[in-house]
Amino acid sequence: MTKKMMQGCRAIAEMATLCRPQVVSAYPITPQTVIVEELAQIVADGRLKAEFVNVEGEHSAASLVLGASATGVRVFTATSSQGLLLMAEVVFNIAGMRLPVVMVNANRSVSAPLNIWNDQQDSMTVRDSGWLQLYAENNQEATDLLLQAYRIAEDHRVMLPVMVCVDGFILPHAYEVVDMPSQEEVDAFLPPHKPIYKLDPGKPLTMGAYAEPDKYMETRYMIQHTLEAAIPIIEEVAQEFKRSFGRSSGGLFEEYRVDDASTVVVVLGSVAGTVKDLVDELRDQGQKIGVLRLIAYRPFPKEALCRALGKAEDVVVLEKALCLGSSGPLALDLRSAFHGRPASPKISGFTIGLGGRDITGDDIKSAVDRAQLRLTDIDFVGLREDLELEGINA
Amino acid sequence: MKITLGTVTEPGGSLVNKTGSWRTAKKPRFLHQSCTDCGMCDLHCPEGCISGDGENTYVNDEDYCKGCGICAWICPAKDIEMIPEGGEDD
Repeated sequence: MTKKMMQGCRAIAEMATLCRPQVVSAYPITPQTVIVEELAQIVADGRLKAEFVNVEGEHSAASLVLGASATGVRVFTATSSQGLLLMAEVVFNIAGMRLPVVMVNANRSVSAPLNIWNDQQDSMTVRDSGWLQLYAENNQEATDLLLQAYRIAEDHRVMLPVMVCVDGFILPHAYEVVDMPSQEEVDAFLPPHKPIYKLDPGKPLTMGAYAEPDKYMETRYMIQHTLEAAIPIIEEVAQEFKRSFGRSSGGLFEEYRVDDASTVVVVLGSVAGTVKDLVDELRDQGQKIGVLRLIAYRPFPKEALCRALGKAEDVVVLEKALCLGSSGPLALDLRSAFHGRPASPKISGFTIGLGGRDITGDDIKSAVDRAQLRLTDIDFVGLREDLELEGINA
Repeated sequence: MKITLGTVTEPGGSLVNKTGSWRTAKKPRFLHQSCTDCGMCDLHCPEGCISGDGENTYVNDEDYCKGCGICAWICPAKDIEMIPEGGEDD
């Protein structure tokens, strides 16, 4: 392994290269573009023996990796925001056809209004598609999760696609030290993909073509069953990663000072760093507070989360996505997981950092204070008070 | 019956689905009076469920026929008519 200072996009492209995909197709979209540019250069330079296919849009990019994956080869794609939404139809098809496609999504807000900055509304919008979704905190974890994603997706007990979610700009455009494994180390961890079924002109078959009402429901049951069964497999792969590379990465979630905490902040992705700093500050002032950073959002590890959070009084969910007209997706999932259990913390939900708005320690502190004061279904943190909002106060 | 991962099927899978149950209002009746063996009904059937060999031999396979009526419309000899589903002939 070699430690290198590099941009997140570069690190992700380097790791994608080490995973030896045979077909890469993606359409450039900020803030994912540089990942694809780097990969195009790597393929052009002959460092990766792969077909790099230029396409006219994300629907085609997703369709192309779907088709390539169906022929039994390992594939890679990456997108963001509108690109992921344009892919949405194919995203569901990839999962339904049980193809182990791996995608990096650089999390970005969704239009309108046009906004290219980070939140997690894009990947949350396809959370019910049957893909596994893993959220990274930093670039080291982004690359580690990418490697683990192939292992999980191609595991014959899983055979489902995996989306590695990285907070747009915050990770892909940041320079960080990343410990990159060697090709030999990656090859030892990730053996060649062995498809169960593949398209072959000599032995024709059809994938995902047609299921009448007497069969369709079973196909959904199979995916739901497999996603639940994938929870221990995600943990197993993380443990094997630790044995192979000597450091922890991945798994279901990370707990930071949660053990005796009466208040636990729950987040996804890069904001965890800011929350950990605040937790340290508040701990110094005597507050029993911790943070649980969820890595595996799909499948949602209900049992493990209820065990980890069951002793807390207040759970404060901060999320960069909103089910408009309802509540925050992560808060909804957590409340649902605790529903009907004898002991449940008060679960408050807050919308924070949409469209790239900075999330400060004070913002997080204000959410924690409000949650401790009273149970909050959904509230915005960090709204400006100096603006007139037509239809609300103007 | 086994449902495979990704509902993978080998060729011929469509034969198992007896989609003729989708037929609702009408179905063709081959009169076998003035058929000239032109094969237009067979050629135009979207389901490929019409077969025959020689004058006045053509029939449809009701396991797959949707009752679209194209065969009756295209027949130059007017030797196919559409009759109500569930009529006297059933």
